[in-house]
Amino acid sequence: MKRREFIALPAKSLGGLLIYTLARVPIRIKAEEGTVRLPLRFFTAKEARLISAACDRIFPSDESGPGAQEAGVIIYIDHQLAGAYGLDRYRYTKGPFVESVPEHGYQGEANPRAIYRDGLRQLGDDFADLDAAKQDDRLRTLENTMFFRMLRTHTIEGMFSDPLHGGNAGLIGWQLIGYPGPQMSFWDEIDKNYGQPWHGKPMSLEQVVGHPVKGWEEDRE
Amino acid sequence: MERLKPVDVVVVGGGWTGLLMATEITSRTSLSVVVLERGGPARDLSDYGDGMDELDMLRYRIMQNIADETVTHRHSGKDRAVPMRQYGSFKPGTGVGGAGEHWGAISNRYRPDQFRLATHLREKYGAARLPENLAVQDWGFTYDDLEAYYWRAEQMMGVSGKAGNLRGSLIEGGDPFEGPRSHEFPNPPHKMSYFPTLFRKAAQELGYHPFPIPTATLSQDYSNPDGIVRPGCLYCGHCSRYGCMIGAKAQPSNTLLPVLTRKKNFSLRPNCWVRRVVHRDGKAEGVTYMDAAGKEMLQPADVVVLSSWTINNARLLLLSGVGDPYDPVTGRGTLGKNLTHQLTEELPLYIGTPLNLFMGAGGLGYALGEFAGDPPGQDPTAPILRGSEIRASTGGEGPIVSFGKIPQGEANSAWGSAWKKAALKWYDKVGQITCEAAHLSYRQNYMDLDSTYTDKFGDPLLRLTLDWTGHEKRQRAYLAKIMIALGKAIGARVGAPIHETEEHYSVTYSQGTHVQGGVILGDSPERSVVNPWLQHWRMPNLWITGGSAFPQNESANPTLTILAVTYRAAEAFVDRYVKKPGALA
Repeated sequence: MKRREFIALPAKSLGGLLIYTLARVPIRIKAEEGTVRLPLRFFTAKEARLISAACDRIFPSDESGPGAQEAGVIIYIDHQLAGAYGLDRYRYTKGPFVESVPEHGYQGEANPRAIYRDGLRQLGDDFADLDAAKQDDRLRTLENTMFFRMLRTHTIEGMFSDPLHGGNAGLIGWQLIGYPGPQMSFWDEIDKNYGQPWHGKPMSLEQVVGHPVKGWEEDRE
Repeated sequence: MERLKPVDVVVVGGGWTGLLMATEITSRTSLSVVVLERGGPARDLSDYGDGMDELDMLRYRIMQNIADETVTHRHSGKDRAVPMRQYGSFKPGTGVGGAGEHWGAISNRYRPDQFRLATHLREKYGAARLPENLAVQDWGFTYDDLEAYYWRAEQMMGVSGKAGNLRGSLIEGGDPFEGPRSHEFPNPPHKMSYFPTLFRKAAQELGYHPFPIPTATLSQDYSNPDGIVRPGCLYCGHCSRYGCMIGAKAQPSNTLLPVLTRKKNFSLRPNCWVRRVVHRDGKAEGVTYMDAAGKEMLQPADVVVLSSWTINNARLLLLSGVGDPYDPVTGRGTLGKNLTHQLTEELPLYIGTPLNLFMGAGGLGYALGEFAGDPPGQDPTAPILRGSEIRASTGGEGPIVSFGKIPQGEANSAWGSAWKKAALKWYDKVGQITCEAAHLSYRQNYMDLDSTYTDKFGDPLLRLTLDWTGHEKRQRAYLAKIMIALGKAIGARVGAPIHETEEHYSVTYSQGTHVQGGVILGDSPERSVVNPWLQHWRMPNLWITGGSAFPQNESANPTLTILAVTYRAAEAFVDRYVKKPGALA
């Protein structure tokens, strides 16, 4: 069996994060000082550190607010790649694979897992140890790759998807933008608040429907 | 292969039209009806509650798994077709209810002239001035023939809206360009969100006649003629591409299925993937399918109804060897011809004030009819034969989709601190004006079977040959100009139309799941596959329902018209065919 790999993240930022252990038991990480070690499903600890560093540059934690690090984006990406999505179970993957015009979209054979493995090689083993400016320089050389486009998309998804998918810890992404979550009703609000933001207290899907909801990535073989 | 006990009618596909045919037949006859659905059983409200997850929506969890079956596409007969490997331009549903579960519920009627479009264009322009390869056809019935069925469909779903033409009298606040209605809408217009009100005001200032977009999402609690009660919409913003978690949006599962489950002569078998229509000597004998366990079954039936969406209707007929495949070179054959889609344009408006775009419902907004239908009627200088409604709506936009919409020049990168800051500044302050233009049919746009790629059972995929012509590019440019003027009148910073530089049809982004044609209706077997009652010209006990029957695409969402045409077909089936089986025309 594969050796279990963990990533250490600052616990303070991950308050309220619900994660599933490898035994599929939900556990809640309590906000506390220090670091927590979260089990990884797909990445090795070293890979997770590299991807995490790249996500931090795409969606940085800075004076405008928290970013990928606090939201636990790396956990989101790890879960996605470990599940059916990472294996392309929801893409047509029969050959022959031929290059075509841009109007036909991505026609390659590589699945998201393979694209990330390739991307990790391009990021380089030293990426996490570079200073921010050097990291940005390297990312700029990758901007037109499938890997970078995917990483950028996944970083945004990890910031703003429901915490059931592993990111958006403590609804931090939703709090950052003032999105109230998948609430059942805006009947009272829809024709009011014209031009004014409506900031209800954010609620996760679990809080809204009253029971845990599992994402596709939990259906693993 | 196991041979099952024969039934009177087997329906392939448990979506809107399959369940509607089943409802009409089981309600008005004692015939036994079996519906075979390739996807799973009906989902319930709690399944849809659990599905209020933007990531699930973006991963198409509610759609057919494209890994099992897709289409191939090429722009012309000279190109090599490749598969649409991930969803983009259209998104077939799966499971009981089909795409009718995840639709946006916009429910316009088509313009009266659409039903006799070939005649209309010939009369107006003369055949010599029309594009050379134009393949538009009349439908074989008129708007007036269809009106009563439109009304039935609107009542069944409880469409909310405001009539603009009631029995010939124009009504303030509705669409003055629509065909005459025999009745006001079953339900009044919805409460309105902020952004569309900006659009309405600007449109009125420009002299247009904006009207609330009709939707099959209820504006109030409603009981339909079948006694099915559904609640009014709560504007949760999880609508198009989601199933409704309270049943306010009309879906087959909350309108037709509750009626059907009470019928003793109805049965529904999910997880049954139909692969062939079995036929001999010009008569359908049943269908073969793979069940959930992977076992091949033969379901004999006196009547076969194909209701498996545009793509699969055409494909099943081609795979089964029913009818004459269309050849675009010789123009011979009818099966697969007149493939159409719709042409979309989206204009971003950087409003700058919060819009609360996460609230809303499919089609919650206003539209203009001035440039739909036959726009030269309104604007003699319009360089196009058919136009589009222009709309502003708030369907409900989640943060993954919303975040990162920023005006050009606000950040010189699409990631990093400066981008994040600009994206935060503009989050929830960007609306859009949209159109979905009518798509005329042309000789060169058609469907046939692909010779390379196959589905999960090894059957050939359907191949789409489709590209825009000069007419569609003129449509896009013309409509964009009007949209830009509206955006300026709103006082917004107007972005570039998103698709303005595109030369060719693309499978990579959503253009509405409004793919039509391939099994078109018409008034002669030389020009169409089914007659105006959706009965196969050469195989009278085979009926084929859905948008596959449309000879060209109008600028409007097709579901309401699909349902109206199906009601008309079901009535002919019950009143005429059942009494005297044989060709109706």
